[in-house]
Amino acid sequence: MLRSTMLRSILAVAAAALLSGGAHAQSIKIAILGPMAFVQGEHHWAGAQMARDEINKAGGINVGGKRMQIELIRGDTNEIQSIPDATNAIERVITREKADFLVGGFRSEAVLAMQEVAADYKKIFLGAGSAHPQLGMRVEQSYDRYKYWFRVTPLNSTDLGKTLVGVLGSVAGQIRKELAKPNPKIAIVAEKAIWVEPIVKALPPVFKKMQMEVVGVWRPSATATDVTAELAAIDRADADIVFTLLSGPVGITVGRQMGERGMKAVAFGINVEAQKEEFWAAAAGKAQFVSTIDTFAEVEMTPKTIPFVRAFKEKFGKPPTYNAGTYDAIFLLKEAIEKAGTTDADKLVPVLEKTSYVAAFGIVEFDKRHDPVWAPGKNTGMAVQWQDGKKVPFWPPQIKGMQPFKLPAR
Amino acid sequence: MLQDILVTGLVNGGVYALLAIGFSLIFGVARIVNIAHTAFYMLAAYCFYALLVKGGLGFLLSGVIAVGAVTLFSVLCYRLVIEPVREHEAAVLIATIALALIFQEVMLFTFGGHYLGIPSTLEGGVRLLGVSIPYQRLLILVVAAAMLTVVWFVLYRTRLGLAIRATANDLEVANLMGMNVHRVAMATVAISVALAAVAGVVVAPVFVVDPFMWLAPLVTMLAIVVLGGLGSLKGSLIGALIIGYVEAITVFALPAGAYLKGAVALLIMVVVLLARPEGLFGVAFEEER
Repeated sequence: MLRSTMLRSILAVAAAALLSGGAHAQSIKIAILGPMAFVQGEHHWAGAQMARDEINKAGGINVGGKRMQIELIRGDTNEIQSIPDATNAIERVITREKADFLVGGFRSEAVLAMQEVAADYKKIFLGAGSAHPQLGMRVEQSYDRYKYWFRVTPLNSTDLGKTLVGVLGSVAGQIRKELAKPNPKIAIVAEKAIWVEPIVKALPPVFKKMQMEVVGVWRPSATATDVTAELAAIDRADADIVFTLLSGPVGITVGRQMGERGMKAVAFGINVEAQKEEFWAAAAGKAQFVSTIDTFAEVEMTPKTIPFVRAFKEKFGKPPTYNAGTYDAIFLLKEAIEKAGTTDADKLVPVLEKTSYVAAFGIVEFDKRHDPVWAPGKNTGMAVQWQDGKKVPFWPPQIKGMQPFKLPAR
Repeated sequence: MLQDILVTGLVNGGVYALLAIGFSLIFGVARIVNIAHTAFYMLAAYCFYALLVKGGLGFLLSGVIAVGAVTLFSVLCYRLVIEPVREHEAAVLIATIALALIFQEVMLFTFGGHYLGIPSTLEGGVRLLGVSIPYQRLLILVVAAAMLTVVWFVLYRTRLGLAIRATANDLEVANLMGMNVHRVAMATVAISVALAAVAGVVVAPVFVVDPFMWLAPLVTMLAIVVLGGLGSLKGSLIGALIIGYVEAITVFALPAGAYLKGAVALLIMVVVLLARPEGLFGVAFEEER
């Protein structure tokens, strides 16, 4: 009696294990890698959740005729504070949580390290945060090892430079027209970080060609809490534009302290903090007219932009930042898996290389470095300006819904 | 450019002075290596933010409650964490590092890694020598001067001040003379943390509030107190101004190396210490004793 009861129990456990294994086999595990205690990670996770919910609700991913659900793994990389934490996180999601795909990353220094781990395990890693060109250069230089890396968003630093030049041309034109200054003066404020270096080197000669006078380059720390000395010098140089390349909290400091000083110069460039909804409050409402390139706004960059931004706002109570590009990364992956009919990384790489995916922020096509191709009308990003507490999109001007860029009163 | 350096250095030196006074008292005078000092400054800033921005209590009430609450909390921390290991400096150092990290993680858990802004107590500004100065920074200068005066008065004109200096000079002798050294140390921690909390309330509106905001000032405060000479309030004030000016000069002379301003300030400290190991006013301090 006892023996048969034991036998039944063992069989029941074995059957449950088999069924549970079967259930796992029905899902595709996607690890979302980001600093989850910070806004960047929050948006990585939020974008991914939206994609998972939409895809699973519609029946999942069709893998060679078999429907599979998406299972997300939350990989807290803590990369803003610690790069070893980031590599530990990616190692954990691959080896312990058995992730099939990796999506996310933010800080270039950490993503470069995580890219190595992904390459070691031959896992497809879709970037949704880092702009550093080295990530793509590795693919070109050592294709067999790094071919599993694809950068979905943002554009790489060099291409971001092209967008910056495009927007700056429009801002400088407005200064020439409204202030009657044929050669606007520009001050470059770039944090000391590796993603900035290629842009800082490349842009000053371009600005000169654009008939602008570069009055200096200031390089505060990315975490500087005070830039009054820098701004005093910029004020003294009578700059018209403060061109920012800032991803850290110094972006808030620059915006706020420019407002407190009543500076006549207008800030434009990359200011990652200014892309967030919380920026205005963090700058205590002083960051009037601070502008930055951005990824999402309620304008029709593609037919998917407005529905995505509205759905995101409805679900999470704030608009998405570019890290919510995990949403598009997962849909792009779904499309590739369905085309290839498999989740095998080596078979997916050539399919992803040929992809042309209409994302919420633009049309994603990959170049030989697996970077998104920069192309006006397809994928350039946009620019926004803070006006009276609201983030107002103003570039590219031909897109429906764009509003005028404003200069501080003189 | 000279007037920019003069004004910017003075104003930033004032910010550092306000932060350094409490640290000078605890680390320089009382010789309690409280690494959590600037973490209390961070706690006060968060408390002020929560009361003012979330609670809508107004500047004065929020400030008073923040300073009071953080000071009381520091007394509790002293009794539970510092007092049991007070006789072992290394243990105090490690225990207070642990405290600071716990505060940081608790704030990270409670408020997330978001950068928070506190509105200025005083809006607007003036132009001095063609340099724009927000009123909030002038307020910091005034509060720093007032706090320096209060601390000097407490230390040199009251029995408590005499007791603080005596226990710092020789704990055992002070104990033998009948002083309650634990109570004196607790009072010193409370006063210095109250100063850190005042700094948190007054200085935080010009900075960004985040869980890591205690780290950078800690290094600068250590530099200022050691540069000025341990135990010398005057030294700390002058140290703060020197660091403020060195940073301003670095930014103006080397714009592309603005991120180095902290490192240059620390380098100056090392150079001064090589020439005068006791710091700028260390000898005067010994004579005072």
